[in-house]
Amino acid sequence: MATLDVAAIKADFPIFKRTVRNDHRLVYLDSGATSQKPFQVLDAERNFYENHNAAVHRGAHLLAEEATDAFEHARSNIASFIGANADDLVFTKNATEAINLIAYSFLNATLKSLRGADLPPGSERFVLAEGDEILVSEMEHHANLVPWQELCEKTGAVLRWIGLTEEGRLDLSDTSFFSERTKLVAVTHQSNLLGTVNDVTAIVKLAESVGALVFLDACQSVPHMPVDVVALGVDFIAWSGHKMLGPLGIGCLWGKSEVLSTMPPFISGGSMIESVSMERTTFAAPPKRFEAGVPMAAQAVGMSAAVDYLNDLGMASVAQHEHMLTEAALAGLAGIPGIRIIGPENSIDRGSAVSFVLEGLHPHDVGQVLDESGIAVRVGQHCAKPACLRYGVQATTRATFYIYNDLDDVDALVAGIYSAKKFFGV
Amino acid sequence: MKLENMYQEIILDHYKHPHGKGLAENFDAEVHHVNPTCGDEITVRVTRSEDGKLSVSYDSMGCSISQASASIMYDQINDHDFEFGEAAVDHLIAMLQRSVDADEDILGDGIALAGVAQYPARVKCALLAWMAWKDAAIQAGFSNSTSVNDSDESNKE
Repeated sequence: MATLDVAAIKADFPIFKRTVRNDHRLVYLDSGATSQKPFQVLDAERNFYENHNAAVHRGAHLLAEEATDAFEHARSNIASFIGANADDLVFTKNATEAINLIAYSFLNATLKSLRGADLPPGSERFVLAEGDEILVSEMEHHANLVPWQELCEKTGAVLRWIGLTEEGRLDLSDTSFFSERTKLVAVTHQSNLLGTVNDVTAIVKLAESVGALVFLDACQSVPHMPVDVVALGVDFIAWSGHKMLGPLGIGCLWGKSEVLSTMPPFISGGSMIESVSMERTTFAAPPKRFEAGVPMAAQAVGMSAAVDYLNDLGMASVAQHEHMLTEAALAGLAGIPGIRIIGPENSIDRGSAVSFVLEGLHPHDVGQVLDESGIAVRVGQHCAKPACLRYGVQATTRATFYIYNDLDDVDALVAGIYSAKKFFGV
Repeated sequence: MKLENMYQEIILDHYKHPHGKGLAENFDAEVHHVNPTCGDEITVRVTRSEDGKLSVSYDSMGCSISQASASIMYDQINDHDFEFGEAAVDHLIAMLQRSVDADEDILGDGIALAGVAQYPARVKCALLAWMAWKDAAIQAGFSNSTSVNDSDESNKE
C-alpha cells in the first residue's frame, strides 16, 4: 500500500489553483457532498464531446460506433471497479434515481400483479402485499428513506427501522425487525452524517435468514474504500459519480443479474425495449431495460476516467489515507472545549465523515467563520434529519476528507473552530 | 474582514439576548416555518387586537442570524398594524437584495442585517421570522391589500 502524495494529487485538480475568500487557499472538506474533479476526468469528458460525440446505441455511422464503444467501455470499467460484470451495471442520473428505480420496480410489479399484467419471470419478490415490510435504519440519508416511505404509502407495506446505539452504530441487538414479512432491507454502507461503516455481513446474514433482498447505499463507501459486491453478498448497491471524482449527472445501480432480470422497468421509452407494437411492448434485458432515452455517455466516460484515477492510487491506499486523516481529525477535535462528535468517537469501522456540534454555537455560524478562512464544510442536517433527532441535535457541522486533503487541512479545521469560538465569545 | 459586516455587535447582542421570545397562550393564527437546509425552525403566533393591530409571539431555534432577526422582528412589528409589518418585510427583502438602502425608521436594528446580503446562503436565515410573521398574519385574516377579514382569499396564499 502506497502513501498518497497529496501535493502531486492536488496538482491534478484545477480547482486548487484558485483561492477563495480573502485570498485564502481552499481547504475543501466537503467531499461527502461532492468531490472535486481532476483534469483527467475533465479531459476525458471534453475529449468525448470534441472527438466522438454521438447518440449511443443509435446510428450506423462511425461516431455512433465510437460513442457506443466509449460508453460501454466505461460501463465495463466501472463495473470492474466494484468487482461486477458490465451487464449488471445500470447507469442512472444519480444515486437517488437508482434507489427510486428499485422502489418503482416494486411499485410497478405490485400494480401490474394486481391487474394480472405481464411481469418478468421471478418478479414475485417485487410484489408487495399489505403488511409486507421494508426495513431501513435510523441513520439513512433521506434518499434511502423517503422512497421507501412513499412505496409503503402506495402499497400498504410497513416501514420498519433499525435503531442506533448511543455511540452511533446500528443497534442489531434486537433482530426481531427481521421478519418473515421483510421483503427488502435497505441500509447505508457508510453513514454520510455519522461516518459509521456498517457491518454488511451481519445484515446480509439476517436478511438471508428471512429471505429478504438487501440494498446497500454505497454513496459514501465506493469512493472511499475497496468495495467488492460479490464479497459483500448484497443484492443491489447504488452510488454516484460525482462523489468519486467523476462528473455530476451520473449514478450507478448494480444488481445481481438474477435479481435485475426479474425487475419490471422504471422509466420507459426508447432504448429499453425489445419490440414495440401499438398494442404492447416487450422489454430489453438489463441493463438496457432500465436506461430509457439517450444516455449520459460523456459523463460515463468521465466517471470511467475517475475510476482509472482511483485505481492508479489504489483504493486500499485511499482508505488508509482517509483513515489517517480521520484519526487526526478525531484527535484534534477531541481537545476542543464544548465539542461533541456526532457519530463514533474512535476510528474503528468508520469513514472520514466527521460531524460535530459546539456548545453555544450554531453549525451555520461555525461554517461561516470557517468559510472566511477558506475552509469549506457542510452544515445542517445533511439529508439525515432522523439521525440528527436521534442524537438530539438540530444540525451539525460536518467535515469530510478525501485524497486531496492532508494533515494541514486537519490543522486548519481545528484552528478554524477555535477562531469561531473566539469570534462568538464561547 | 467581511465577517464583522454580517455579525455586527448588535446582531450578536440580539442573538444572545433575544427580545420577546416565548409563545403567547392565546392566538388567532400560528405557523411553523423551517429552513430545511440548515434545520432552523420558528413558530410564530399572531393575535388581532380590537384596534386592528397584531401582537406577535414566537419561539425559535437556529443560527445567530435567524435568531437575531426574530428578535428584531419582534421589536419592530409587534403591536403594529399589518401594513406597517408588511412594509417592513418588503423593505427587509429589498435591503437583502441590495436594491434599497437600509432605512432605520422601518427596520430599527434590522439595518444591521444589511451585511447578510453579501452571503446569499444566509438570506433565508434573515428572512425566516419575518416571512413566518407574514404567513401567520395572512392566516389570521389579513391580506396583502386589505386588513379586513377576508379569510377565503388569504387561505390561498
